[in-house]
Amino acid sequence: MSGEALLKVDNLRLDLVVGSRRFGAVKDVSFSIGRGETFGLVGESGCGKSITALALIGLLRAPLAFGGGRILFKGREIQNLPGSEMRKLRGNAISMIFQEPMTALNPLSPVGRQIAEMFVLHKGATWHEAERKAVEALANVRVPAPDRRVKDYPHQLSGGMRQRVMIAIALACRPDLLLADEPTTALDVTVQAEILELIRDLSAAQGTAVLMISHDLGLIANMCARVGVMYAGRLVEERAAQEVFRAPSHPYTGGLVASLPLLGARASHGRSRLKEISGVVPAVTAFPEGCRFNPRCQARTEICIAEDPEETALPRGGRVRCHHHA
Amino acid sequence: MPETDAMILKVEDLAVHFPLGGGLLGGKRRTVHAVDGVDLHLKKGECLGLVGESGCGKSTLALSILGLQAPTRGRVLLDGVDIAAPGVDRKARARIVQMVFQDPYSSLNPRQTVRRTLEDPLRLHGITDKAEVDGRIEEMLRHVGLRPEQAARYPHEFSGGQRQRIGIARALILKPKIVVLDEPVSALDVSIRAQIINLLLELKETMELSYIMISHDLGVVEHMSDRVAVMYLGRIVETGGWHAIFTAPRHPYTRALIAAIPDPFGERPGVKISGELPNPLEPPSGCRFHPRCPEVRDICRKPPTPPLGEIAREHEVRCLRAAELA
Repeated sequence: MSGEALLKVDNLRLDLVVGSRRFGAVKDVSFSIGRGETFGLVGESGCGKSITALALIGLLRAPLAFGGGRILFKGREIQNLPGSEMRKLRGNAISMIFQEPMTALNPLSPVGRQIAEMFVLHKGATWHEAERKAVEALANVRVPAPDRRVKDYPHQLSGGMRQRVMIAIALACRPDLLLADEPTTALDVTVQAEILELIRDLSAAQGTAVLMISHDLGLIANMCARVGVMYAGRLVEERAAQEVFRAPSHPYTGGLVASLPLLGARASHGRSRLKEISGVVPAVTAFPEGCRFNPRCQARTEICIAEDPEETALPRGGRVRCHHHA
Repeated sequence: MPETDAMILKVEDLAVHFPLGGGLLGGKRRTVHAVDGVDLHLKKGECLGLVGESGCGKSTLALSILGLQAPTRGRVLLDGVDIAAPGVDRKARARIVQMVFQDPYSSLNPRQTVRRTLEDPLRLHGITDKAEVDGRIEEMLRHVGLRPEQAARYPHEFSGGQRQRIGIARALILKPKIVVLDEPVSALDVSIRAQIINLLLELKETMELSYIMISHDLGVVEHMSDRVAVMYLGRIVETGGWHAIFTAPRHPYTRALIAAIPDPFGERPGVKISGELPNPLEPPSGCRFHPRCPEVRDICRKPPTPPLGEIAREHEVRCLRAAELA
């Protein structure tokens, strides 16, 4: 896959800068996404999954800073692109859907205009053409009566409809890569199911690769072929999605899967006490030495405190970063 | 209804209507029927899961049970006494029903120590003897897995999971019989949720509590509940034992809710529904779910709203086609 990867992230390091100190908010994260592939990044708040996505489209802002590594998009290094070059890429070849559509959309502009803007900026269309294409784009994301809806302002739409507008904007220029950061967290489950289906259908139809980011392991496994699990700024495990549930390799992933009250579990196996992961998620400024999961890990030994584990390739595919992986 | 003696709470035909102005310029006066004729009961030692999408009225119902929202119609009977009626002794009610809030960050007073947070309700209820107050606080903190010496600290010194433990301690310090849990784990990190779920289930046994739990996470609801009530647009559409609800749901809405949860293994069958919650100001005629229902027939569109009918012992469904859909 590495030969023809659409996106290749190589030892990415992102720092949180506090005064003269730099904390490794994301450290040595590597993964690649093939053309048309759906890859998931899963982890808890503060694990670095969202800032990884922001780094990919050049939207990191202080106090976060690029700390090292390479981001290759279609074989071209994009981590140090000047702003003007990045703007050509962003929204065009790489685009993003944000978690909260109400804050990501401009409240003072009709949604049709916000979609049309993409065609004007990236495709050289006239506003007149672009507005017509915006209606098509809205129809494409299954918004009823799109010719009337283009004139609506974001506050006139429901949460699900707003997220559809976000998707229409993100997919307007037929990007090669779509970044979806918790695209359904703010939505009800039935609306979530529809939005996920929409992302799945449209990306498949356009051949768009998707980087899906979520804290919901079940959602990621359902949507993605491969999954990267992040903990405290590190990619601790990367596997085929269903393997992560069936045979987790890293103690964190294993602990997380065992701690989830999965729908259907009680009906098939009865109610047993959920396995707990002790301790708390560490703050970026206080990531532990050695393996960053060691204070909470049941398999911990001396080496976990002394040495940061390297990535190990797993015999059945995938990688894990643990001294004592399963 | 069986086992009336073990019944601890009974909600009879409860309705909460919110008038929405209008009328001034000759327009029709409009009313939101947030809760529209709900009958519920809670048995001693039971956990009743309340599910439904945002806007279905589950939070308003919970507020009425707590006496924080005056009902337009109906009664909330606690041990045979109507606690929602005007002029009821609020202190007496507080000794019976308490609430654990969703967000442990905004629901604790940041300027009060844990001791103060736990001490105030005791003093308000006439427990002023220092030794007794100290003893109760110490005991309560141990119950929720905190150390007594942590009582001198402020909320910001605790992690999210620990804060939720403080929120639980505050709810339980007056030894209530019923606790309303409003999304008790959804604001917590995924790896922390199991700790709080286990704690809540333990406390239910040791302190002989009964729970009404609101949650949109059906995995959590299945794990914790004894019975489940599903709400849609202010009404209960299905209620039954957890096993019946999760293994043999009968109402198309319940089925859709379960089918909407992303299955990590991609195996869960089920019909997805489209559309969003209709405007509660103008609820659909007949069955309120009919515009989104995959099983809709002409008869479903005609008033009146179908009644809640018993299809098995303790399993009721509000659907005209319940028998056919078995």
